Amino acid sequence: MSGRFRSVALAVAWRNLHNYFTSPSLVLPGLFFPLLFFTAFAGGLSSISRVPGFDYPSGYTAFQYVFVLLQSAAFGGVFTGFSIARDFESGFARRLLLAAPRRTALIAGYGLAALGRWAFTASVTTVVALSAGMDVGGSGVDLFGLFLLALLLNVAAMLWAAGIAMRFRTIQAGPVMQVPVFISLFLAPVYVPLPLLQGWIHAVATFNPMTYLLTGGRGLLAGDPVYVGLAFGLAAAMAAGFSVWAVRGLRSAERAG
Amino acid sequence: MSSALATQIGQLARRSVLRTFRQPASIVPALVFPLMLLAVNTAGLRSATRLPGFPADSYLDFALGFAFMQGALFTTSNAGTDLARDIETGFLNRLSLTPLRGASLLTGHLAGAVSMGLIQSLVYLGVGLAVGVRLESGPLGAVVLIVLAVLIAIGFGALGAALALRTGTGEAIQASFPLFFALLFLSSMNMPRNLMDIGWFRTVATYNPVSYLIEGLRSLIIVGWDVQALALGFGIAAAIAALGLAASAVALRRRLARA
Repeated sequence: MSGRFRSVALAVAWRNLHNYFTSPSLVLPGLFFPLLFFTAFAGGLSSISRVPGFDYPSGYTAFQYVFVLLQSAAFGGVFTGFSIARDFESGFARRLLLAAPRRTALIAGYGLAALGRWAFTASVTTVVALSAGMDVGGSGVDLFGLFLLALLLNVAAMLWAAGIAMRFRTIQAGPVMQVPVFISLFLAPVYVPLPLLQGWIHAVATFNPMTYLLTGGRGLLAGDPVYVGLAFGLAAAMAAGFSVWAVRGLRSAERAG
Repeated sequence: MSSALATQIGQLARRSVLRTFRQPASIVPALVFPLMLLAVNTAGLRSATRLPGFPADSYLDFALGFAFMQGALFTTSNAGTDLARDIETGFLNRLSLTPLRGASLLTGHLAGAVSMGLIQSLVYLGVGLAVGVRLESGPLGAVVLIVLAVLIAIGFGALGAALALRTGTGEAIQASFPLFFALLFLSSMNMPRNLMDIGWFRTVATYNPVSYLIEGLRSLIIVGWDVQALALGFGIAAAIAALGLAASAVALRRRLARA
């Protein structure tokens, strides 16, 4: 990485993180929804673990924690896409395009910001989950794997949202960034493991990549790894595919001037 | 009611209804998202019906009431945002120069929420019946279900109006959305309270009025005529409506005095 690339990326990341952490209206929703989902699902639905066939060894709190961790990673990336769109609406991103010697560094900078934002949310969520008595069966290596998986998802979601933001260049494209991510997350085995799903949702979840990220992550947390290679392969493929999508979005923004 | 008051309410109600239905961006999410979440939750939580003591054989029957409640949440947001826009654009200030009465403004404004609540209820009920929901309370139960859903929409619409009149900005209304969302998720929307294993969550759901609104709606679908659930549902919906209207009236008086 050249010095000029690094300085642009770090400057964009610092500005975005500064704006984020000094604006309660940005920080609170980012924290609120993962914590709400965790509370509502782990608290309100814990009796689901008594359904015959539910065999997750670490219990329902841990089962839902992995969903919330991945959901916060994905939405941390999407919300950074909102920031990019807002920068285009205000004209700031156009000035960035003029000033940056290496424009792909802008994407890298927003990516670093997405990671910083998600790291904060993930830390709070993890502390809350541990305080709620979450049982962790995995070793340190397993947990590192879980967080690495979530990090890859965060990067992939940020690149997806960046591609949309740079093509539409308006915050009104927010639903386009958000809805597909929301749908893909909720069409995975959110409440029960895949074998307990029935009907159309089982068929959809079987072909949904998010299912394997979720199942892989849950396996790592429980210390009983399953689908780990597939989960990392899918997450890396999504990140690679969406990086092309984001760079093409950047080119589209450059052409628009 | 005097004819002048009726005319004022009629004109504002017409404007409110037309404005509601001219905004597809408000209507479509209010209709689609509750149904989408209903479909996903029903499919994902179908196995919950295998828990001993679960009150329904079909999770869809159990969960349909939640769609009505989520629709009411959108009503809060839409009603509040529309009124906040009237404040931001100066329309309310111009109205304050006319002999318009506060009661007309609030009643007329809530007509949009009522019409939206009615349409939502008919759509949710129609979709539910089309995919196999059977109302234990029969055809009369369907009517009562819609009346309760509209009353809930009025209550939450009035709360949205009160917030709009107090704050005067659409952003504040949007910022309040998570609060109402939390009330929904910390209720008995997904699981009967007696089957909640976590004690503190059961306590929160028991003190959360939204639980009783959902249980009132749900009782007509899965139980039949449960007088206690209906009394609590109608009572709490009426109390929310009264509270929302009183808060709106106070906030409107203050705002008009400032104007």
